[in-house]
Amino acid sequence: MSEYGFNTLAVHAGAQPDPATGARATPIYQTTAFVFEDADHAASLFNLQVFGNIYSRIMNPTNAVLEERVAALEGGRAALAVASGHAAQLIALHTLMNPGDQIVAARQLYGGSINQFSQGFAKFDWHVAWADARDPETFKKAITPKTKAIFIESIANPGGIITDIKAIAQIAHAAGVPLIVDNTLASPYLIRPFEWGADIVVHSGTKFLGGHGNSMCGIIVDGGKFDWGSGKYPTLSEPCPSYHGMKLWETFGDMAYAIACRVLGLRDLGPALSPMNAFLVLTGTETLPLRVQKHCDNALEIARWLQKHPKVAWVNYAGLEDNPCYNLHKTYCPKGAGSVFTFGVRGGYDTGMALVNGVKLISHLANVGDTRSLIIHPASTTHRQLDEEQRRAAGAGSDVVRLSIGIEDAADIIADLDQALAGD
Amino acid sequence: MPHYPDDFIKDILNSTKTIAMVGASGNEMRPSYFAMKYLLDKGFKIVPVNPSLAGKEILGQPVYASLKDVPAPVDMVDIFRASEAAPGIVTEALAEKDRLGIKTIWMQLGVVSEEAAVMAREAGLQVVMDRCPKIEYGRHSGEIGWMGVNRKLIDNRKPLLFGKGGSLKRL
Repeated sequence: MSEYGFNTLAVHAGAQPDPATGARATPIYQTTAFVFEDADHAASLFNLQVFGNIYSRIMNPTNAVLEERVAALEGGRAALAVASGHAAQLIALHTLMNPGDQIVAARQLYGGSINQFSQGFAKFDWHVAWADARDPETFKKAITPKTKAIFIESIANPGGIITDIKAIAQIAHAAGVPLIVDNTLASPYLIRPFEWGADIVVHSGTKFLGGHGNSMCGIIVDGGKFDWGSGKYPTLSEPCPSYHGMKLWETFGDMAYAIACRVLGLRDLGPALSPMNAFLVLTGTETLPLRVQKHCDNALEIARWLQKHPKVAWVNYAGLEDNPCYNLHKTYCPKGAGSVFTFGVRGGYDTGMALVNGVKLISHLANVGDTRSLIIHPASTTHRQLDEEQRRAAGAGSDVVRLSIGIEDAADIIADLDQALAGD
Repeated sequence: MPHYPDDFIKDILNSTKTIAMVGASGNEMRPSYFAMKYLLDKGFKIVPVNPSLAGKEILGQPVYASLKDVPAPVDMVDIFRASEAAPGIVTEALAEKDRLGIKTIWMQLGVVSEEAAVMAREAGLQVVMDRCPKIEYGRHSGEIGWMGVNRKLIDNRKPLLFGKGGSLKRL
């Protein structure tokens, strides 16, 4: 069968008519558990010997459609849907890390990820060395024998950096570790990290995949290409005590990582996605290509308008010709540079606060990737927990305002920003 | 990994009724045990071949020491052994080809032997390497999608319920 195009996959991948009823839309299997046919069937399921559903903490048929949908859109081997983007990062790393291990991560990550990695994960004795997303060589320098993965964002939030995925993938592979890419802000419509050498993709499905600002969701996608047999990843290569000594890498081959995330990480840590949320995110994925293109087209128009505004000191959007990431944008995501970007207001912290207080259409809240246009002043909200130096490093200094441009009429978004900037 | 057209794999799974599984294991956590269990559940007749278990049973099926002891018919020989063992097993299979009616040599996920493949093809057999029939069955029926696996297939028809626990059949 020929390979289907992206728009077709966005609508169809993973979804069969329901085997019991023929329902064409994916039903919401709002159930905690699934009956066993008999004791032998139950044993086969628990031993991972047959495919089937046991308990919605581990798998659910509605969630499974979303998982296959995103795996197909990313061009990966298999995926796992979980309760949030943070849960996805936790489970993605739990499968690879042991106490004392380390990851190398871009210091321009989303502020919530910086907190999770530097504070939350420290309690597991997992360590992080920070590198500069704009300089692949800094990742190479930070690698130690304890390094188990490199972690980057394809498009950094909120700094707007387009990361040179291919260069960093080569550094990861030379060190025998996988490259994990948070592809939340690009979505697979703009960037498919596996095509540039990434091994694992994670998403906050809460953002563009769902796209409507109504459901938390996280996704882990296994690219299926990484060789887990080096001995650095005992969870995958060594006999697994909780499955009677089964070796997951030997048993499940190119989908072993995704299976391990499910049958160990999700089973033991527990951040399961509700089937209702899976349904809503799944519905969102059907219009992903249409929405993300409109998001990007609007964002470019608004970035160009802001650039000419007298109260705007600078605009950091990779879609603008004078941006340092413009060439990477043309290489990695020529259809658009995303719709989340920052700009600086003349007048700093107070002007930034006045702007978010003055908007009438754009919503002041802490999220991105909604159909609605969103605004936030990171220094006083999402990046509040960081110190001034960390904020600046993350692209969230005190004059910085972040926009997540929605799919409304660009003229209306511009009019709203214009009146709010005038009212300062 | 070799590439096979979807219809090629589907036709083999559809036309195969009896599989001789060389290297079938009695250890319930070995892939060669539970691939057998899965395929039995799907209605295939499985003949386990393993000299160290000859005369015993795996999953209620009598085990034979070698292909020459196996009763006819056998549509497919599924090789669950190291790649180096594959040419020898194909040599045995070709000696029994006409008596058993063998049409396909299938080498499991991770088992790759060009030498074995060439021998089998020259004798007119279909060859699949580096694939698991359980995974391929799960892919075409839709069941493996329950584990979030990208099947690279799109379905506009209702799958059939078959066997235990709402499992699926549609090949």
